Amino acid sequence: MSSVTAAVQSSCVVVEIGGLPIRLRCDSPTFVRQIEERYAGYLSSSDDARFDFEIELAPPGAKSRDEDVRVTWESGLWVMQRGDFRAEWDPSTARGRIRQTINPYSLDCVLRIVHTLLLAREGGFLLHASSAIRNGRAFLFSGVSGAGKTTMARLAPPDAALLTDEISYVTRREDRYVAVGTPFHGELSRSGENMRAPVEVLYLLAKGPKNKIEPIEAADAVRGLLGNVLFFARDPEFVKFVFDTAFDFVSRVPVRRLTFVPDTSVWELIG
Amino acid sequence: MKNYRYVARSKAIAARALGDETMVMSATNSTLFTLDEVASVIWAAADGVTPLDEIVANKICARYDIAQEAALKDAEALVENLAQHGIMLISDQPLALSGASRKETR
Repeated sequence: MSSVTAAVQSSCVVVEIGGLPIRLRCDSPTFVRQIEERYAGYLSSSDDARFDFEIELAPPGAKSRDEDVRVTWESGLWVMQRGDFRAEWDPSTARGRIRQTINPYSLDCVLRIVHTLLLAREGGFLLHASSAIRNGRAFLFSGVSGAGKTTMARLAPPDAALLTDEISYVTRREDRYVAVGTPFHGELSRSGENMRAPVEVLYLLAKGPKNKIEPIEAADAVRGLLGNVLFFARDPEFVKFVFDTAFDFVSRVPVRRLTFVPDTSVWELIG
Repeated sequence: MKNYRYVARSKAIAARALGDETMVMSATNSTLFTLDEVASVIWAAADGVTPLDEIVANKICARYDIAQEAALKDAEALVENLAQHGIMLISDQPLALSGASRKETR
Protein backbone atom coordinates (compact mmCIF):
# COMPACT_ATOMS: atom_id res chain seq x y z
CA MET A 1 0.00 0.00 0.00
CA SER A 2 1.40 3.34 -0.96
CA SER A 3 1.22 6.21 1.42
CA VAL A 4 0.95 9.84 0.65
CA THR A 5 2.59 12.30 2.95
CA ALA A 6 1.48 15.88 2.83
CA ALA A 7 4.04 18.28 4.22
CA VAL A 8 3.24 21.86 4.92
CA GLN A 9 5.92 23.94 3.29
CA SER A 10 7.03 26.95 5.23
CA SER A 11 7.50 30.02 3.06
CA CYS A 12 10.08 32.58 3.98
CA VAL A 13 11.09 36.10 3.17
CA VAL A 14 14.11 38.13 4.26
CA VAL A 15 13.50 41.73 5.35
CA GLU A 16 16.65 43.83 5.56
CA ILE A 17 16.46 47.15 7.39
CA GLY A 18 19.60 49.03 8.40
CA GLY A 19 21.78 46.29 6.97
CA LEU A 20 20.30 43.65 9.32
CA PRO A 21 18.66 40.84 7.34
CA ILE A 22 15.90 39.07 9.26
CA ARG A 23 14.37 35.90 7.83
CA LEU A 24 10.66 35.48 8.48
CA ARG A 25 9.08 32.05 8.03
CA CYS A 26 5.38 31.41 7.92
CA ASP A 27 3.15 28.55 6.78
CA SER A 28 0.70 30.97 5.21
CA PRO A 29 1.62 32.00 1.65
CA THR A 30 -1.05 34.68 1.93
CA PHE A 31 0.69 36.32 4.87
CA VAL A 32 4.11 35.98 3.25
CA ARG A 33 2.73 37.86 0.26
CA GLN A 34 1.42 40.55 2.62
CA ILE A 35 4.88 40.82 4.15
CA GLU A 36 6.45 41.13 0.72
CA GLU A 37 4.05 43.94 -0.17
CA ARG A 38 4.48 45.71 3.17
CA TYR A 39 8.29 45.64 3.01
CA ALA A 40 8.76 46.18 -0.71
CA GLY A 41 12.09 47.90 -1.21
CA TYR A 42 13.48 46.25 1.93
CA LEU A 43 13.45 42.62 0.80
CA SER A 44 16.70 40.78 0.45
CA SER A 45 17.53 37.82 -1.73
CA SER A 46 20.37 36.93 0.61
CA ASP A 47 20.37 33.49 2.21
CA ASP A 48 22.57 34.81 4.97
CA ALA A 49 19.98 36.27 7.30
CA ARG A 50 21.46 37.15 10.69
CA PHE A 51 18.21 36.45 12.49
CA ASP A 52 15.35 34.00 12.02
CA PHE A 53 11.77 34.33 13.17
CA GLU A 54 9.07 31.69 12.84
CA ILE A 55 5.63 33.25 12.57
CA GLU A 56 2.60 31.36 13.80
CA LEU A 57 -0.72 32.88 12.88
CA ALA A 58 -3.36 33.06 15.57
CA PRO A 59 -7.07 33.20 14.73
CA PRO A 60 -8.55 36.67 14.64
CA GLY A 61 -10.03 37.66 17.95
CA ALA A 62 -10.87 40.59 20.09
CA LYS A 63 -7.23 41.31 20.89
CA SER A 64 -6.37 44.96 20.63
CA ARG A 65 -3.41 46.83 19.17
CA ASP A 66 -4.18 49.64 21.60
CA GLU A 67 -2.58 47.91 24.57
CA ASP A 68 0.86 49.01 25.69
CA VAL A 69 3.79 47.01 24.43
CA ARG A 70 5.63 45.05 27.11
CA VAL A 71 9.21 43.99 26.52
CA THR A 72 10.95 41.95 29.21
CA TRP A 73 14.09 39.88 29.57
CA GLU A 74 13.15 36.46 30.91
CA SER A 75 15.51 33.50 31.32
CA GLY A 76 17.69 34.37 28.37
CA LEU A 77 14.86 35.47 26.08
CA TRP A 78 13.45 38.81 25.08
CA VAL A 79 9.68 38.53 25.42
CA MET A 80 7.58 41.07 23.51
CA GLN A 81 3.84 41.28 24.02
CA ARG A 82 0.86 43.33 23.01
CA GLY A 83 -2.77 42.40 22.63
CA ASP A 84 -2.28 41.31 19.03
CA PHE A 85 1.05 39.46 19.34
CA ARG A 86 3.47 37.63 21.56
CA ALA A 87 7.06 37.15 20.44
CA GLU A 88 10.12 35.55 21.94
CA TRP A 89 13.66 36.07 20.75
CA ASP A 90 16.81 34.32 21.87
CA PRO A 91 19.81 36.56 21.08
CA SER A 92 22.24 33.70 21.72
CA THR A 93 20.80 31.63 18.86
CA ALA A 94 19.50 34.59 16.81
CA ARG A 95 16.16 32.79 16.56
CA GLY A 96 12.70 33.75 17.63
CA ARG A 97 9.00 32.98 17.37
CA ILE A 98 6.08 35.31 16.79
CA ARG A 99 2.46 34.39 17.40
CA GLN A 100 0.19 37.01 15.91
CA THR A 101 -2.96 37.61 13.97
CA ILE A 102 -2.71 37.95 10.19
CA ASN A 103 -1.80 41.60 10.23
CA PRO A 104 1.46 43.08 8.96
CA TYR A 105 1.28 45.91 11.50
CA SER A 106 1.75 43.45 14.35
CA LEU A 107 4.92 42.25 12.65
CA ASP A 108 5.90 45.88 12.12
CA CYS A 109 5.85 46.44 15.87
CA VAL A 110 7.93 43.31 16.55
CA LEU A 111 10.54 44.41 14.00
CA ARG A 112 10.74 47.88 15.54
CA ILE A 113 11.36 46.34 18.95
CA VAL A 114 13.97 43.91 17.65
CA HIS A 115 15.80 46.72 15.88
CA THR A 116 15.80 48.94 18.99
CA LEU A 117 17.33 46.09 20.98
CA LEU A 118 19.95 45.36 18.34
CA LEU A 119 20.79 49.01 17.74
CA ALA A 120 21.19 49.81 21.44
CA ARG A 121 24.20 47.52 21.76
CA GLU A 122 25.78 49.02 18.67
CA GLY A 123 25.33 52.66 19.65
CA GLY A 124 22.25 53.37 17.55
CA PHE A 125 18.58 54.02 18.15
CA LEU A 126 15.17 54.51 16.60
CA LEU A 127 13.84 58.04 16.94
CA HIS A 128 10.42 59.62 16.58
CA ALA A 129 11.55 61.75 13.66
CA SER A 130 11.14 62.17 9.95
CA SER A 131 14.37 62.22 7.99
CA ALA A 132 15.62 62.95 4.53
CA ILE A 133 18.85 63.03 2.56
CA ARG A 134 19.78 66.16 0.70
CA ASN A 135 23.12 66.80 -1.01
CA GLY A 136 24.49 63.58 0.46
CA ARG A 137 23.69 64.50 4.06
CA ALA A 138 20.88 63.33 6.30
CA PHE A 139 18.64 65.67 8.29
CA LEU A 140 16.44 64.51 11.16
CA PHE A 141 13.25 66.31 12.23
CA SER A 142 12.16 65.14 15.65
CA GLY A 143 9.22 65.87 17.88
CA VAL A 144 6.21 64.49 19.61
CA SER A 145 3.00 63.73 17.77
CA GLY A 146 1.74 66.90 16.09
CA ALA A 147 5.13 68.64 16.11
CA GLY A 148 5.41 68.48 12.32
CA LYS A 149 7.37 65.35 11.41
CA THR A 150 5.02 64.29 8.63
CA THR A 151 4.54 67.93 7.58
CA MET A 152 8.28 68.32 7.03
CA ALA A 153 8.25 65.11 5.00
CA ARG A 154 5.33 66.30 2.87
CA LEU A 155 7.03 69.64 2.22
CA ALA A 156 10.35 68.08 1.16
CA PRO A 157 11.56 69.28 -2.24
CA PRO A 158 12.06 66.84 -5.14
CA ASP A 159 15.82 66.68 -4.62
CA ALA A 160 15.39 65.35 -1.08
CA ALA A 161 15.21 61.58 -0.59
CA LEU A 162 12.74 60.80 2.16
CA LEU A 163 13.97 58.15 4.62
CA THR A 164 10.82 58.09 6.77
CA ASP A 165 8.06 60.40 7.92
CA GLU A 166 7.78 58.80 11.38
CA ILE A 167 10.55 56.57 12.74
CA SER A 168 14.15 57.41 11.91
CA TYR A 169 16.80 54.73 12.07
CA VAL A 170 20.17 55.95 13.35
CA THR A 171 23.24 53.74 13.41
CA ARG A 172 26.78 54.32 14.56
CA ARG A 173 29.52 53.84 11.98
CA GLU A 174 32.95 54.40 13.57
CA ASP A 175 32.89 58.03 14.70
CA ARG A 176 29.80 59.05 12.73
CA TYR A 177 26.08 58.63 13.00
CA VAL A 178 24.28 57.51 9.87
CA ALA A 179 20.57 57.76 9.10
CA VAL A 180 19.06 54.85 7.21
CA GLY A 181 15.80 54.58 5.32
CA THR A 182 13.02 52.49 6.88
CA PRO A 183 9.68 51.05 5.88
CA PHE A 184 8.29 52.35 9.19
CA HIS A 185 5.91 55.11 8.18
CA GLY A 186 3.32 57.36 9.73
CA GLU A 187 0.51 59.37 8.18
CA LEU A 188 2.30 59.53 4.85
CA SER A 189 1.62 55.79 4.45
CA ARG A 190 4.62 55.06 2.30
CA SER A 191 7.99 53.53 3.03
CA GLY A 192 11.12 55.62 2.96
CA GLU A 193 13.87 55.30 0.38
CA ASN A 194 16.26 52.46 1.20
CA MET A 195 19.28 54.76 1.39
CA ARG A 196 21.72 56.01 4.01
CA ALA A 197 23.83 59.10 4.70
CA PRO A 198 25.76 60.68 7.59
CA VAL A 199 23.57 62.72 9.93
CA GLU A 200 24.29 66.41 9.45
CA VAL A 201 21.85 67.94 11.95
CA LEU A 202 19.09 66.87 14.31
CA TYR A 203 16.31 69.44 14.38
CA LEU A 204 13.85 69.55 17.28
CA LEU A 205 10.62 70.77 15.73
CA ALA A 206 8.32 73.57 16.81
CA LYS A 207 5.67 75.38 14.79
CA GLY A 208 5.74 79.17 14.81
CA PRO A 209 5.01 82.36 12.87
CA LYS A 210 8.29 82.35 10.92
CA ASN A 211 11.07 79.99 9.97
CA LYS A 212 14.14 80.07 12.17
CA ILE A 213 16.91 77.81 13.38
CA GLU A 214 18.30 78.33 16.88
CA PRO A 215 21.10 76.68 18.81
CA ILE A 216 20.16 74.94 22.03
CA GLU A 217 22.07 74.01 25.17
CA ALA A 218 23.58 70.54 25.34
CA ALA A 219 21.32 69.56 28.24
CA ASP A 220 18.25 70.58 26.26
CA ALA A 221 19.56 68.66 23.27
CA VAL A 222 19.97 65.50 25.35
CA ARG A 223 16.51 65.97 26.87
CA GLY A 224 14.99 66.54 23.45
CA LEU A 225 16.71 63.51 22.01
CA LEU A 226 15.94 61.14 24.88
CA GLY A 227 12.36 62.35 24.94
CA ASN A 228 11.89 61.07 21.39
CA VAL A 229 13.95 57.87 21.38
CA LEU A 230 11.85 54.71 21.21
CA PHE A 231 12.11 52.91 24.55
CA PHE A 232 10.34 49.59 24.46
CA ALA A 233 12.44 47.63 26.94
CA ARG A 234 12.24 48.61 30.58
CA ASP A 235 15.60 47.03 31.11
CA PRO A 236 18.54 48.57 33.00
CA GLU A 237 21.23 47.50 30.57
CA PHE A 238 19.26 48.66 27.55
CA VAL A 239 18.44 52.02 29.15
CA LYS A 240 22.10 52.63 29.98
CA PHE A 241 23.17 51.89 26.41
CA VAL A 242 20.65 54.36 24.99
CA PHE A 243 21.41 56.99 27.63
CA ASP A 244 25.14 56.88 26.87
CA THR A 245 24.46 56.94 23.14
CA ALA A 246 22.34 60.08 23.50
CA PHE A 247 25.22 61.96 25.15
CA ASP A 248 27.66 60.73 22.53
CA PHE A 249 25.31 61.70 19.70
CA VAL A 250 24.89 65.23 21.07
CA SER A 251 28.67 65.58 21.36
CA ARG A 252 29.11 64.72 17.67
CA VAL A 253 26.01 65.95 15.86
CA PRO A 254 24.65 69.51 15.99
CA VAL A 255 21.17 69.68 17.54
CA ARG A 256 19.08 72.76 16.72
CA ARG A 257 15.58 74.05 17.36
CA LEU A 258 13.72 74.44 14.07
CA THR A 259 10.66 76.65 14.30
CA PHE A 260 8.76 76.63 11.06
CA VAL A 261 5.77 77.80 9.13
CA PRO A 262 4.19 74.80 7.44
CA ASP A 263 5.02 75.68 3.85
CA THR A 264 7.83 74.76 1.49
CA SER A 265 9.90 77.83 2.43
CA VAL A 266 11.25 76.01 5.48
CA TRP A 267 13.30 73.76 3.23
CA GLU A 268 15.27 76.81 2.05
CA LEU A 269 16.99 76.57 5.43
CA ILE A 270 17.77 72.87 5.13
CA GLY A 271 20.73 71.40 3.29
CA MET B 1 13.43 63.45 63.31
CA LYS B 2 13.62 61.49 60.08
CA ASN B 3 13.89 57.73 60.21
CA TYR B 4 16.90 57.72 57.91
CA ARG B 5 20.34 59.31 57.89
CA TYR B 6 22.06 57.68 54.95
CA VAL B 7 21.48 58.15 51.24
CA ALA B 8 22.91 56.32 48.23
CA ARG B 9 22.47 56.48 44.50
CA SER B 10 20.62 53.49 43.11
CA LYS B 11 22.55 51.40 40.61
CA ALA B 12 19.44 50.97 38.51
CA ILE B 13 20.08 54.32 36.87
CA ALA B 14 22.18 55.95 34.21
CA ALA B 15 23.58 59.37 35.14
CA ARG B 16 25.83 62.02 33.69
CA ALA B 17 26.89 65.50 34.77
CA LEU B 18 26.42 68.15 32.12
CA GLY B 19 27.66 71.56 33.22
CA ASP B 20 26.22 72.24 36.66
CA GLU B 21 23.34 69.85 36.10
CA THR B 22 23.10 66.11 36.41
CA MET B 23 20.83 64.07 34.21
CA VAL B 24 19.59 60.85 35.70
CA MET B 25 17.53 58.25 33.90
CA SER B 26 15.72 55.51 35.75
CA ALA B 27 16.79 52.23 34.26
CA THR B 28 13.54 50.58 35.26
CA ASN B 29 11.11 52.94 33.55
CA SER B 30 13.34 55.29 31.49
CA THR B 31 12.03 58.41 33.26
CA LEU B 32 14.52 61.26 32.92
CA PHE B 33 15.35 63.57 35.84
CA THR B 34 17.40 66.75 35.72
CA LEU B 35 19.10 67.76 38.97
CA ASP B 36 20.09 71.39 39.43
CA GLU B 37 23.44 72.50 40.80
CA VAL B 38 22.69 72.00 44.50
CA ALA B 39 20.83 68.75 43.96
CA SER B 40 23.78 67.57 41.87
CA VAL B 41 26.13 68.17 44.82
CA ILE B 42 23.94 66.02 47.06
CA TRP B 43 23.63 63.37 44.36
CA ALA B 44 27.40 63.18 43.90
CA ALA B 45 27.98 62.96 47.67
CA ALA B 46 25.33 60.30 48.29
CA ASP B 47 27.79 57.48 48.88
CA GLY B 48 25.69 55.52 51.37
CA VAL B 49 28.08 56.04 54.27
CA THR B 50 28.11 59.81 54.76
CA PRO B 51 25.08 60.95 56.77
CA LEU B 52 22.82 63.41 54.95
CA ASP B 53 23.26 66.07 57.61
CA GLU B 54 27.04 65.88 57.12
CA ILE B 55 26.65 66.19 53.37
CA VAL B 56 24.49 69.26 53.87
CA ALA B 57 26.89 70.83 56.37
CA ASN B 58 30.09 70.12 54.44
CA LYS B 59 28.99 70.31 50.82
CA ILE B 60 26.05 72.71 50.84
CA CYS B 61 26.28 75.12 53.77
CA ALA B 62 30.04 75.44 53.37
CA ARG B 63 29.62 76.41 49.73
CA TYR B 64 26.31 78.24 49.55
CA ASP B 65 24.83 80.96 51.74
CA ILE B 66 22.11 78.95 53.42
CA ALA B 67 21.35 77.96 57.02
CA GLN B 68 21.86 74.31 57.99
CA GLU B 69 18.27 73.80 59.13
CA ALA B 70 16.72 75.13 55.93
CA ALA B 71 19.24 73.33 53.74
CA LEU B 72 18.65 70.03 55.51
CA LYS B 73 14.91 70.38 55.09
CA ASP B 74 15.33 70.97 51.36
CA ALA B 75 17.78 68.09 51.07
CA GLU B 76 15.38 65.73 52.81
CA ALA B 77 12.59 66.72 50.47
CA LEU B 78 14.89 66.08 47.51
CA VAL B 79 16.13 62.65 48.57
CA GLU B 80 12.65 61.50 49.57
CA ASN B 81 11.35 62.53 46.18
CA LEU B 82 14.17 60.72 44.39
CA ALA B 83 13.66 57.68 46.62
CA GLN B 84 9.98 57.58 45.67
CA HIS B 85 11.08 57.35 42.05
CA GLY B 86 13.49 54.55 42.87
CA ILE B 87 16.67 56.33 41.89
CA MET B 88 17.97 56.96 45.42
CA LEU B 89 18.08 54.72 48.46
CA ILE B 90 17.54 55.98 52.01
CA SER B 91 18.23 54.10 55.23
CA ASP B 92 18.87 54.47 58.93
CA GLN B 93 21.96 52.29 58.43
CA PRO B 94 24.99 52.87 56.19
CA LEU B 95 24.37 51.57 52.70
CA ALA B 96 26.69 49.93 50.28
CA LEU B 97 25.94 51.33 46.85
CA SER B 98 23.49 48.71 45.77
CA GLY B 99 21.03 47.69 43.17
CA ALA B 100 20.18 44.83 40.93
CA SER B 101 23.06 43.38 39.02
CA ARG B 102 22.70 40.72 36.41
CA LYS B 103 25.05 38.18 35.02
CA GLU B 104 23.21 36.89 32.02
CA THR B 105 24.98 37.14 28.74
CA ARG B 106 23.00 38.51 25.81
